Amino acid sequence: MLTLHCPNCGIQADETELAPGGEAHLKRYGPGSSDDEFHSYLFTRENPRGPHFERWRHAAGCGKWFLAARDTVTLEVYGTYPAQTLEPPQDIKDAITAKHPGWQWREFS
Amino acid sequence: MSTRLATGGRLIDRSKQQSFTFNGKRLTGCAGDTLASALLANDQMLMGRSFKYHRPRGVVASGAEEPNALVGLGTGARFEPNQRATTTELFDGLSATSQNHWPSLEFDVGAVNTKLARFLPAGFYYKTFMWPRSFWKHVYEPVIRQSAGLGKAPDAETRDADTYEHFYAYVDHLVIGGGIAGLETAKRLGETGARVLLVEQTAHWGGRAPVDGGEVEGQPVTEYIAGLLAALNAMENVTLRSRTMGAGIYDHGYALAYERLSDHAPTTQGPRHRLWRIRAGQIVTATGAIERPLSFAGNDIPGVMLASAVRDYVENWAISPGDRTVIVTNNDDAYRTALVLKSHGLDVPAIIDARVLPTDSALMAEARAKGIAIHQGHAIDHVMGTKRVRGVAICSHAGEGGAVIEEIPCECVAMSGGWSPVVHLWSHCGGKLNWDQANAMFRPDLTRAPTGDKGQAFVTPAGAANGAMTLGDVLEDAVAAAERASGDTRTSDAPKAVVAVEAPLAPVWMMPQGASIKHRMKAWLDYQNDVKVSDVQLAAREGFESVEHAKRYTTLGMATDQGKLSNINGLAILSGALGAEIPQVGTTTFRPPYTPISMGAIAGEARAEIFQPIRKTPIHDWLDKNGAEWEPVGHWRRPYCIKQAGETTEQAVHREVKNTRENLGLLDASTLGKLIVKGKDAGKFLDMLYTNMMSTLKPGRCRYGLMCNENGFLMDDGVVARIDEDTFLCHTTSGGADHIHAHMEDWLQCEWWDWDVYVANVTEQYGQIAVVGPNARKVLEAIGGMDVSKEALTFMGWADGELAGIPVRVYRISFSGELSYEIAVKASYARELWDLLMSVGKQFNVMPYGTEALHIMRAEKGFIMIGDETDGTVIPQDLNLHWAISKKKEDFMGKRAHERADMAREDRWKLVGLETVDGSVLPDGAYAVGEGTNANGQRNVIGRVTSTYHSPTLGRGIAMGLVLHGPDRMGEVIRFAKTDGTTMIDAKIVDPVFYDKDGEMQNV
Repeated sequence: MLTLHCPNCGIQADETELAPGGEAHLKRYGPGSSDDEFHSYLFTRENPRGPHFERWRHAAGCGKWFLAARDTVTLEVYGTYPAQTLEPPQDIKDAITAKHPGWQWREFS
Repeated sequence: MSTRLATGGRLIDRSKQQSFTFNGKRLTGCAGDTLASALLANDQMLMGRSFKYHRPRGVVASGAEEPNALVGLGTGARFEPNQRATTTELFDGLSATSQNHWPSLEFDVGAVNTKLARFLPAGFYYKTFMWPRSFWKHVYEPVIRQSAGLGKAPDAETRDADTYEHFYAYVDHLVIGGGIAGLETAKRLGETGARVLLVEQTAHWGGRAPVDGGEVEGQPVTEYIAGLLAALNAMENVTLRSRTMGAGIYDHGYALAYERLSDHAPTTQGPRHRLWRIRAGQIVTATGAIERPLSFAGNDIPGVMLASAVRDYVENWAISPGDRTVIVTNNDDAYRTALVLKSHGLDVPAIIDARVLPTDSALMAEARAKGIAIHQGHAIDHVMGTKRVRGVAICSHAGEGGAVIEEIPCECVAMSGGWSPVVHLWSHCGGKLNWDQANAMFRPDLTRAPTGDKGQAFVTPAGAANGAMTLGDVLEDAVAAAERASGDTRTSDAPKAVVAVEAPLAPVWMMPQGASIKHRMKAWLDYQNDVKVSDVQLAAREGFESVEHAKRYTTLGMATDQGKLSNINGLAILSGALGAEIPQVGTTTFRPPYTPISMGAIAGEARAEIFQPIRKTPIHDWLDKNGAEWEPVGHWRRPYCIKQAGETTEQAVHREVKNTRENLGLLDASTLGKLIVKGKDAGKFLDMLYTNMMSTLKPGRCRYGLMCNENGFLMDDGVVARIDEDTFLCHTTSGGADHIHAHMEDWLQCEWWDWDVYVANVTEQYGQIAVVGPNARKVLEAIGGMDVSKEALTFMGWADGELAGIPVRVYRISFSGELSYEIAVKASYARELWDLLMSVGKQFNVMPYGTEALHIMRAEKGFIMIGDETDGTVIPQDLNLHWAISKKKEDFMGKRAHERADMAREDRWKLVGLETVDGSVLPDGAYAVGEGTNANGQRNVIGRVTSTYHSPTLGRGIAMGLVLHGPDRMGEVIRFAKTDGTTMIDAKIVDPVFYDKDGEMQNV
């Protein structure tokens, strides 16, 4: 039963208020993409032991999507940020680095 | 025999006698008794039969860890199986029955299994019932099911007569366990001003300390505890709850506690159980420790009990477990039991101590001074007796048994194999353990605690749960735990305790240490599941080396007690058999709840009509009064049909179809999803969501659209109306409104957030009534107020207007193939419009119709239904809906997916109509069988039925289905298998449009 801070409405939301949305920062591939690109967009996901970036929706709250950097082992939340963000903010990256020097997740590090 | 002592009993009130029944026998106990202590007071040592061998079993423990004394409590709607007699508080009128016996507890036929024990080793069932394979279903399974299981399940027809509730709490500190450690920690935390909740599973505060004795700060420990309680009760920021068990600890400081409000007083008003859903900043687990049994032959005979439990029964409930009690131990603590027994005038013929100590420890010397014989370096060879202990035979602990030195008559054996901290709650959310070799116990590793959302440790153990085993150490650790939890340093020293110094224990996992197979086959590890030392060793020999595998193979540590007594002994035996160290073998996973909690408490108030709120349309009440047969559609209820007096369901459905096709039908279509999509980029957005082009739709017009997900699979369909340049109204399926709305929001918020589009779900803001049939226009014209003529409102057009002064929006769309108007009104006008249509419609033979008639009419027209023709693996092309897939658009959801090889392959099953040769109705979901068999030996299939009905219009069975190369096989007859797999039905492949192929009915 996680709690996550909703960056839109400012509430520390209980997991019962939240809906998970899978991996964050996926790049959409559409017509014109190669089979490999499209296959990977549809099906290939990270499954890390450690820092992970996820999509969550404050479904039973303000209804807004947001992104969370969360540790799958320790359950530490390094931070949450608006869904309209192309890469994790620097302070969140720094928080991860403090616990996992040299971490890497897809193209982010 | 076990009896009540003439004096004493800390917890009982002899002036209040309470009568109860056990297996129908009337017995009497005292207020303050547990069921177990009351049974012992009545010499009812035999309390149940074991699970596998039906061996006679008595009570072993005095608390939550009890594996044997499980009973069925109550009767009728209040019957509950598998309740521990040790944690059941006695009340006047309690009714209990023992379990696992037939025909009676005293004489049990199944006990023959114990004679067959050598043929029923670990994994017996897995090994034996493999062959012949056909025997499983008809011979083995029915027999095993008959004898399997612990207590009986309550009668399926009864409904729990009690009520339950959930309770939410937000605290800074949750302290679990109201023993002396929990009280001390809670007091220290309370003094910081923080909000503290302290829960204790029993009805009493202080835990073991009052029984074990000692002095704190110069006063008897009971007085010190009373002082702590008084201080806590005086703090407004501290809440105390007894009879409340900390059941589980979960992520980010979430915890569940289980409060039993009226189990001890069933006539009390209010809920029986309460489930506390707690969010705590810090959680302290002051959960104490559980004594371990010793593994010697006959350690399960009634009368063999834990040394601490014997002490509890004597001190708390004034029970004499027998005139003579032999103590067997590997540590000093059990000597306390000998001293307690002696002080109550009971005989202790011998203390059998596996250790050989160079000098007497303090407790040993005290026992010797009382004249108790101490046999050092000795072991129990075997216990004599069957339904109760008659005596013990002792031998040298260093040997392999059999060489009996002496037989000692006794009625009770008090055993102690050392103590295991209760680390369950610490471990629930990932707290790790270290093996403490000196004390032979797993204890929490404070450097690897469960972590919260900031990465901080949020659980800390206190006292015995942290491995502190003497009163002084417990109090010191309790104060340290308060510091760990609050982050504050202590303001005063830990209270000073005076206790005897104990000699170290010696780990004993088997007794005697080299016990022969004959002994090991009678040495029980897990009483509840009848697992013996020999079973675990066999599992290791057969390759079940992982402790998790060995658990499941032998059933060690399963069922209601989850191995509270057996786990450490079991894994020590396993590690011995594997030649590995105990920490290398590790423990099985500790999962919540700590002890079983009632299903009622989990459900809370969510039962009957408030289990799930029902959504009702504005016309619901009218339909309900007029014969609606309801069916659930999402959270809605929709009428399957609206029955007239004396009609069967089938007759009603057929009448509704016929009347709608011939006269006039009304459908409450209010559940239809209605999403307003608005903004400069609304058209562009809908072009991405639908497979066809929506941006070219003209205001005033409607278009049917398909929605695919990124995988290309159909997810929803419906009619889109363009309201104005910037505004669309998207109709979704009734069940799809919420998730399609969420789907739109997802893409708007996360992918195309720079587009100017807003979505609002207005499903409940409007009522919608479909006016359908040849008389549809006539009734609207009779009501009057707007022009609904063929010229003014053409097919797939919509118009705003008024009908008898009610503002309406009329869509000329048809899901039935008839002339049809769907009329949307503000929800508050819907009932008025419905009543008007019903009364004015009388002259046109109006009748309401339900969802089944709707389905039949759409199937007659070959219209697909999301969820029937689609199942999450079907693409529009499979349904021959190419016409609704834009070729012009560069991109839309699903377009790229449709290009994938699997979607483009030519042998995908495709939609066709199916007509049975004999006119019967195909079974829903039936498969069309092909030639030969697949790799698994199953018959090859070439298609399946997706919708199937009796068509009242055509007077025969019609169906739609997906069939291999279907559209190329028109006229061909294929065979569908009934559920028996052998009966076949022949059906001809036809065009899925069965009725009015040219659309003449709707185009008038």
